[in-house]
Amino acid sequence: MILDAKIPEGPIEKKWTSFKNNAKLISPANKRKFKVIVVGTGLAGSSASATLAELGYEVETFCFHDSPRRAHSIAAQGGINAAKNYQNDGDSVWRLFYDTIKGGDFRAREANVYRLAEVSGTIIDECVSQGVPFAREYGGELTNRSFGGAQVSRTFYAKGQTGQQLLLGAYSALSAQIRLGRVNMHENSEMLDLVLVDGHAKGIVTRDLITGEITSHAADTVLLCTGGYSNVYYLSTNARGSNVTATWRAYKRGAAFANPCYTQIHPTCIPVAGEYQSKLTLMSESLRNDGRVWVPKAKGDTRLTQDIPEEERDYYLERKYPSYGNLAPRDIASRSAKEVCDEGRGVGPGGLGVYLDFSAAIARLGEKTIRERYGNLFEMYGNITGENAYERPMRIYPAVHYTMGGLWVDYNLMSTIPGLHVLGEANFSDHGANRLGASALMQGLSDGYFVIPNTLGEYLSTQFGKKVSTDMPEFKKTETEVRACVEKLLAVKGNVPVDEFHRQLGLIIWDECGMARSEAGLKKAIADIRALRERFWKEVAIPGTGAELNQSLERAGRVADFLEFGELMCIDALTREESCGGHFRVEHQTPEGEALRHDDKFAEVYAWMFQGQDNDPELLREPLHYEAAHLATRSYK
Amino acid sequence: MTRPATPSKATKKSCACCIPLLSSPIGRKWIVALTGIALILFVIGHLLGNLSIFAGPDAMNAYAAFLKSTGELLWVVRIVLLTCVALHIWFTITLWRENLAARPQKYAEKNDLGITVYARLMRISGLTVLAFVLYHLAQFTWEAFNPEYKTWVDVQGRYDVYRMVVTAFSCPFVSAFYVLAVGLLGMHLSHGIASLFQTLGLTTEKLRPVFEKGGLIIAWIIFLGFASIPTAVLLHLVKLPSSLPTCPFCQ
Amino acid sequence: MSTMNFHLRLWKQKCASDKGEFIKIHATEIPSECSFLEMLDIVNNRLTREGKEPVSFASDCREGICGTCHMVINGVPQGPGRGAACQVYMRKFENGQPITVEPFRVGAFPIVKDLVVNRSAYDRIIRSGGFISEHTGGAPDASTSLIPKPVADAAMDAAACIGCGACAAACPNSSPMLFVGAKVTHLGLLPQGQAERKSRARNMVRTMQEEGFGNCSNYYACEAVCPANVPASVIAMLNREYIRGEVSEAIGAID
Repeated sequence: MILDAKIPEGPIEKKWTSFKNNAKLISPANKRKFKVIVVGTGLAGSSASATLAELGYEVETFCFHDSPRRAHSIAAQGGINAAKNYQNDGDSVWRLFYDTIKGGDFRAREANVYRLAEVSGTIIDECVSQGVPFAREYGGELTNRSFGGAQVSRTFYAKGQTGQQLLLGAYSALSAQIRLGRVNMHENSEMLDLVLVDGHAKGIVTRDLITGEITSHAADTVLLCTGGYSNVYYLSTNARGSNVTATWRAYKRGAAFANPCYTQIHPTCIPVAGEYQSKLTLMSESLRNDGRVWVPKAKGDTRLTQDIPEEERDYYLERKYPSYGNLAPRDIASRSAKEVCDEGRGVGPGGLGVYLDFSAAIARLGEKTIRERYGNLFEMYGNITGENAYERPMRIYPAVHYTMGGLWVDYNLMSTIPGLHVLGEANFSDHGANRLGASALMQGLSDGYFVIPNTLGEYLSTQFGKKVSTDMPEFKKTETEVRACVEKLLAVKGNVPVDEFHRQLGLIIWDECGMARSEAGLKKAIADIRALRERFWKEVAIPGTGAELNQSLERAGRVADFLEFGELMCIDALTREESCGGHFRVEHQTPEGEALRHDDKFAEVYAWMFQGQDNDPELLREPLHYEAAHLATRSYK
Repeated sequence: MTRPATPSKATKKSCACCIPLLSSPIGRKWIVALTGIALILFVIGHLLGNLSIFAGPDAMNAYAAFLKSTGELLWVVRIVLLTCVALHIWFTITLWRENLAARPQKYAEKNDLGITVYARLMRISGLTVLAFVLYHLAQFTWEAFNPEYKTWVDVQGRYDVYRMVVTAFSCPFVSAFYVLAVGLLGMHLSHGIASLFQTLGLTTEKLRPVFEKGGLIIAWIIFLGFASIPTAVLLHLVKLPSSLPTCPFCQ
Repeated sequence: MSTMNFHLRLWKQKCASDKGEFIKIHATEIPSECSFLEMLDIVNNRLTREGKEPVSFASDCREGICGTCHMVINGVPQGPGRGAACQVYMRKFENGQPITVEPFRVGAFPIVKDLVVNRSAYDRIIRSGGFISEHTGGAPDASTSLIPKPVADAAMDAAACIGCGACAAACPNSSPMLFVGAKVTHLGLLPQGQAERKSRARNMVRTMQEEGFGNCSNYYACEAVCPANVPASVIAMLNREYIRGEVSEAIGAID
């Protein structure tokens, strides 16, 4: 199989316009005849459901939460980028495009990224008209901040709750369509499999989490908007429920999984405090605008911060990256923190932490200003750790936070399974090997509001007269398989709680496929994961039955998928013998310890095809052509 | 296990009226607030009139005579007040019934969650005040307990309201019940006054503490104003001309 | 790290029609640094190891923003302190303290299982009017409407609502007016929300009543427990907006 990205011809600035000019249209009368299944109600899912319903498609939307508003997009704090140039500081679509490509360490597909930058402005227009209360100046204009190392101020934000406000905007648009009867919403419904008819994605099988009922749903096309897989690490900043199940089961039905090893480790999270810990909390990256990162120069220095004199502190980011300093990109800031901790200079319990110090900013701007800017974050930090960050430095440590990898999609957001479209974090397309801060929200909404409504016609225009129904044997067969899978889990009847396996898997992946990866480590991880998977199927304990709300069962299904997925992630990391973005192979670094890319061999997307449970996956490659942006080594010195 | 039925999308709650405004919770709350304002104004007017007792028998009897002389107007006011009382109570009851139905199962562990005692006691204080008002009307307006009041006139031939009031309050039990009742009235008003601003949508974050304090102050003034009368009588600061006998019960 | 012990009373109820009862658990060796939900995780994992059914409770983001978690801890919806139940930490409790955990007791939120209730009534309230109708792609440039900072900030304060249901759970009348008021205020303050302003308040209040919620008595318990610090002034605004909407409709006023 050859991966055809279907990138439109022409110069990069014209690709999207020319695509739209030539795209297949579906007339309003025909849209009514097409049914679209949307799985997930985060930014991508809600916005796609609302917009497609508005256009006249019959939309059926599913989420495993009790309300579409609870999807994990809601937790994004920082902001959303848009090339509006309201600040007159030299921003442009080109610059946003280039920053995203460069931020992604030249491993993203140019055409997609340019399109993303191009529609970024209309996303802001859209959200404002939905009532998203972005931060404003006193005169009433929208305000912006510089975010995640960008040299222009192009980030729009709503306090520290931008994701919440954007999601509630999309949720309200979705709610309006539900009210009009154009979207049929199914809450508490978890997608457990994809149904293929003649090789095309034509439906899904879901389990009702309240009643345990397993049902099939048929449509003309399926949109997966099911987010990322950070929870393969067990501890991440993702919500507890975030999982890989929908994309993983689509993978097992033939969708290629691209770049699974590309994960983003966020540098400013609250450090792990103990084994009981169930999740990690992210502190907005905006904190790095005013906080200075440091550790003691001496190893094992346990003095209180105020007793460590200035000359015995190592402001390592300022030292190593003078021009970017504390605002160095996420992957660099994270890896630097790991390095100093590996050297034994980490602070706090277990030595896994570095200081983020606001004393200089408080002295310069006053506590009041700092309180205004970050009050809620300081409060959150105080609540979790019991420490007052106005008086002593915060302790931070990197944590997994976003996954750039995902199901492979072409320019139309369609996967290798015809009819299966993948949007938002669930696909791989726009961020390359590392995501620029404030770009995730942009991508989710761009895919849902502006891309899929234009690209869906390419597939649907080929599907006239090909109606399917859940009575077809394909649906019955898949349903039976899902039932068997649930029953298999319930039949294990071991005595080890699901969380235990998940935690152990997380430790393996964090250690060997986290901030730094090595061949030996990855090989060991693959063996360990296989052993753990075997234990899981012998010892997992799932009390209760399948015909009720059974949270152990839900989690067990998701962890079972993570246990398979983790292996693919390590295989991908092992195969990619270079360092790029969030993927750092210790064998491939410059003498100064920076990531060393091998553009000659690896400027390509790795997409993996499932070949059966007992066989190695097949590797497909999509070469990345850089026609507009020039391959360059990222330097933030 | 079957999926629990989606919660009642069912019938509209019992409504007093088919006008949406009057069947809606907020519409009815507005009626309660607006009638509350009328009743508060009455209470304040009534207090000011009663305080004429401190100006002596002549002033008070003249005030009473003036009220009587207004004729039909007095009846209009009385009907308006009665209607207000009826609406205030009726809508409160319908709201209360819905509120009870909205929480079919109580919490095992109680916590007051910062709710003031005044707010919690609104129904009790309201009902006690109602009982008191009936007693009060029976005592002084219908003169049901002491028919002889009807025969008391002052030197100018006016009803001797002054004598009636002083005589009644000379009895410590009557005074005690009166003070208790106006105390509960004060509590009712301290929540009621601040609350009506909120219900009518006039509150802002800055104004709410002002209304709450203001309500409390007005409630205290009203309480002290009313309570001052029996207190003064019991302390003999206000007394009958020496020729007249005092409380018939206590003698 | 020190550990603590607690005497727990946790609500168990198989389904809405089941009667339900408290189970008593002596939870020992709980790390003092862990969160309330992590304590419940520990308890549940111990129950699982013993072959017993764990206590179902909802949670997702565990950082107080998604609104999934919902429970009443010692009589306080979402537990002591600001924030949702997931933001309660065990160090806030005394060692050996008895802790009672029960579900939200709101008629309009039927119990699903144990501590989990069905809050879909809130979604239906939003669907009846908690949005601005606009067409994707038809929006004017974002800079065309100027919104003074105080207005934008007030809208944001109201929009911060996480839809968790604690307001209705705390209210002795099970009234969701803080939730409804937050959305009506958020959209009503913004220029974009003006077109549907009157019908929005009217429709949302009607739905609220149809769902079987109680009415506001200005107790302010909602404000006291709201994890998102939504101020009760949004209820004043709702009262105002509703009357304006209802009166306009009754008298046929266009503006």
